[in-house]
Amino acid sequence: MTAITASVTVTRHRRWRRVLTMGMTGAVIAIYLALVGIVPTFEARSLISGVLAVGESFVLGTFIVIGYLAARYFDGRPALAVTAGAGAGAITGAALSLLILIGPAVNLRSIFLNASDSLYAVLTLGRGTEFFWIPLLGGAVVGALGGAMRTLPLPIQKSIAAGLLSLVALGLFANLLRTPLLASPFASIGRLLFTSEGLTLFGAAVTLSTSLGAGIGGAIGARQGSRRWGMVTGLALGAVGSLLIGVIAADNAPSGLSRTDAAALGGVLGGLVGIPLGGLLGGGIARWIRALRLDRRYDALPTNARRAVRAIPMIPLLVVVLILPFSFGQIFAQVIVFVAIYILMGLGLNITLGLAGLLDLGFVAFFAVGAYTVSLLTSTSEFGLADFSWWLAVPFAVGVAFLFGAFLGLPILGIRGDYLAIATLGFGEIIRILSVSDLLRPWLGGPQGITGVPKPFTVAPGDPLSGPNQIYYIALVCAGVIAFIAYRLRDSRIGRAWVAIREDEDVAEAIGINLVQTKLLAYALGAAFAGLGGAVFAGLIGATFPTDINLLVSINVAALIIVGGMGSIPGVVVGAIVLIGLPELFREFQEYRYLFYGAALIGLMRFRPEGLFPSRSVERELHVEENVEPAGAPVGAWVAQLEAEREGEIEPDTPYSEPPAKETR
Amino acid sequence: MSRRYVERLTDIAIAAFLWSFRIAVVLVVVVGSALTLMTGLFTADAWVRLLVDGLTLGSVYAMVALGYTMVYGILRMINFAHGEVFMAGAFGGYFTAVALDDAGFLNANPLSSLLSIVIMLLVAAAVSTVIAVLIERIAYRPLRNAPRLVPLISSIGASFFLQYTFRGFFGSRKYSYPTVDILNQDVGLPFLVDLRWVQVLVIASALLMMTVLYLFVMRSRTGTAIRAVSEDKSTAALMGIDVNRAIVTTFALGAAMAGAAGVLYALLFRQIDFFVGFLPGVKAFTSAVLGGIGNVPGAVVGGLFLGEIEAVGPALFFTGLGVPSVTQLKDVIAFTMLVLVLIFRPSGILGERLARQRA
Repeated sequence: MTAITASVTVTRHRRWRRVLTMGMTGAVIAIYLALVGIVPTFEARSLISGVLAVGESFVLGTFIVIGYLAARYFDGRPALAVTAGAGAGAITGAALSLLILIGPAVNLRSIFLNASDSLYAVLTLGRGTEFFWIPLLGGAVVGALGGAMRTLPLPIQKSIAAGLLSLVALGLFANLLRTPLLASPFASIGRLLFTSEGLTLFGAAVTLSTSLGAGIGGAIGARQGSRRWGMVTGLALGAVGSLLIGVIAADNAPSGLSRTDAAALGGVLGGLVGIPLGGLLGGGIARWIRALRLDRRYDALPTNARRAVRAIPMIPLLVVVLILPFSFGQIFAQVIVFVAIYILMGLGLNITLGLAGLLDLGFVAFFAVGAYTVSLLTSTSEFGLADFSWWLAVPFAVGVAFLFGAFLGLPILGIRGDYLAIATLGFGEIIRILSVSDLLRPWLGGPQGITGVPKPFTVAPGDPLSGPNQIYYIALVCAGVIAFIAYRLRDSRIGRAWVAIREDEDVAEAIGINLVQTKLLAYALGAAFAGLGGAVFAGLIGATFPTDINLLVSINVAALIIVGGMGSIPGVVVGAIVLIGLPELFREFQEYRYLFYGAALIGLMRFRPEGLFPSRSVERELHVEENVEPAGAPVGAWVAQLEAEREGEIEPDTPYSEPPAKETR
Repeated sequence: MSRRYVERLTDIAIAAFLWSFRIAVVLVVVVGSALTLMTGLFTADAWVRLLVDGLTLGSVYAMVALGYTMVYGILRMINFAHGEVFMAGAFGGYFTAVALDDAGFLNANPLSSLLSIVIMLLVAAAVSTVIAVLIERIAYRPLRNAPRLVPLISSIGASFFLQYTFRGFFGSRKYSYPTVDILNQDVGLPFLVDLRWVQVLVIASALLMMTVLYLFVMRSRTGTAIRAVSEDKSTAALMGIDVNRAIVTTFALGAAMAGAAGVLYALLFRQIDFFVGFLPGVKAFTSAVLGGIGNVPGAVVGGLFLGEIEAVGPALFFTGLGVPSVTQLKDVIAFTMLVLVLIFRPSGILGERLARQRA
């Protein structure tokens, strides 16, 4: 008896110790965010205008997450969970308070650039260092909220998280979304929802009640027989309700209350009414929809018609993609051209890396070849060799890049996988150094590059196709064609050969695949696509400068594929939008772009090596070990240890034995 | 039948291509060197100076290369972030140096200068070690049994994360190391003109530290454990060796060397920024492969060799061929060296010391 009691006490001690560890982790993260400059830098951009800036929300987000994670050790005991959350949050906040106390005293700024007064101002909500206790208190409160979140049912947790995330997303893109909204008939609503620099409180209320509507509606709908329709109606009624009542409240604002405040109040009220109503209606709607028997009717359709039905949701997407450059203005157009060019290159590297598994860190070499080929063939400057039009030069650029890929690929493809990455890195650097060198200056212009590349279409200055817009459509068409080619290649004989090589070179060779030829084709095709990307880029800039050719281009492309999901075409698109589009749009992101990349690569490799949008086969392959019992290990003992770790009786990662070694290449 | 014929043909074409590649490289080297020597542009003194520069640079590369080679030997993984560990050491040394300089200790007298440098080296080694151990714990250990590309990508991520963390902490500006007066004086040897004390310091301390490391790896119990683990992890575990501890020790040793090398590099070149680790990192990796990866003496030989090639190469190979601004091409030589080694002799000069691949 005593032994058991003792072990329970030990376990409880362990739990509190873990809460402490969690708080310390949070403290390290918070201090890091502050000192690396993320908090002060992002302070300039607000999420909810006048209330919350991005810089603060990084700190708040840390508190919430830490509080939530600390509460995880006390599932099923709400009071303890909230206490744990508050404790861990308070430790995190205490670290920041200490920073505010100690930082100015020891002149931390002489080492860390960001330990400045503006940082301390952000951390004390603009009140100055004598209010050093603000982070401590805030951490405790917000951490407790995070812990409380853990005690809610899972769907509601999810919807709160979704709501907070969409709050961040909408707040960031407020200005972009507002521009087309103001031009539309809904201008007055747009003005109520967004300011030029973030969401309004009303906008935040609508966002939160929309996602909470989905969560709560789903929970109520589940009792009524259909979670899905409860979610949909909850979402719709939450959004419409808060939007509608908010707008009405704004138009009939009582005296003493400003229009925006009235809208915010109305939005909250509307959400409170709309959400439960949506959940209640959801069950009924589900029954009604089921009565229509849509699925059977769909199944009865001929194949072509089925395909057409499935394409319907794509139509609005297509329309949006086509009018994108016109609705958001020139800067945005430039950014999406970048994204489109990176999609092009990403699709190229997707063949080399995603399908054939060859990690190429010198991809920029082929981009350079494409760009310089187009520039040399079309330029009107002294370096121009032939006065080709851009269109005529592009096939040459692609061809030259393909040959270049084959040429470089020949010697290095015999190299084993990890060495290949470094060898290609070396090639990329050689090309970069040569392009700025005096050696090739008579031909490539040295650091000044080659200017005077004509635009693909010569149009009058006021024409809608002037500027980056025409390049956008060209890049879009190129990306579409290449995506189609890539898609067809993936399922072809050669595509399957690539995948086979990626899986296991020896086996692939044994079943009769010629390694060198197959790899070479993958490498050269990837190079050709990158060459096309370079050609489009030269058309966009109207020149080729050696400064555009650097290692970071290769890293960008590799990172977007790895984040998106190796071998997955939608993954390339999403990866390019997130990794290229965001930093180009926001100066603050630009600053910390590679920091985020680094963290993302480490995190992904650890938790989700298949990427965010994996192709199905890769996902299956990477998670196969989880389904298979490790060979040769005493499974029972192993499982017992896992159980013990889950129960918190022993530390995770206790060396049980060397994990069943499965030597992979 | 015809398919096999085509395959044979491509094989021949590839072989021919590779041979022409080799011949081209040899031709450039031989003809270029001959022409350069015939021009008589460089005096014997100049060559000696370049050779000493190469030796200095090479000792730094060698120290960094040790980290690559030991980690590769034990984990079969290219620790892409090792260059950043080196950079972290350079920064650690910088702030120590500034503090010592402010205290007036750095240039008080020759003895205090020497002591300051020892302190800088120790601090740098400590900073680098902490960072390397953290990376190992966070970014590499959970991936130990994953396919090879996974830890490599993670290490690339770690590399960027560290670079831009330092950029965030300290900004993107260049930091100039405080001057240590005594280091910039000529040694004053009659046959070695322009040999500065800093070069003597770099070469001597590199040699000393590498010797200590070598003895540690070969003689001590921990060193034996490390070698056993890189030979065969599971057998080593069965023999009662704590595998994780051996791996962490390997990272720590490599990082300490890299951190100290960061200070030596900064004392040589005087300026550091957050990107300072990239090129030495890649070059040190080249050195490690050059010497035979997994091979500790090999890394030293490879580093010295690469340092010499890089110092002497541009002038020797290219001046005679009439190439303008040859020093721009010193990195091209290093990278070409990297590619050549990887293609033609991936097992390096002294041969790899990797355990036989187990099926």
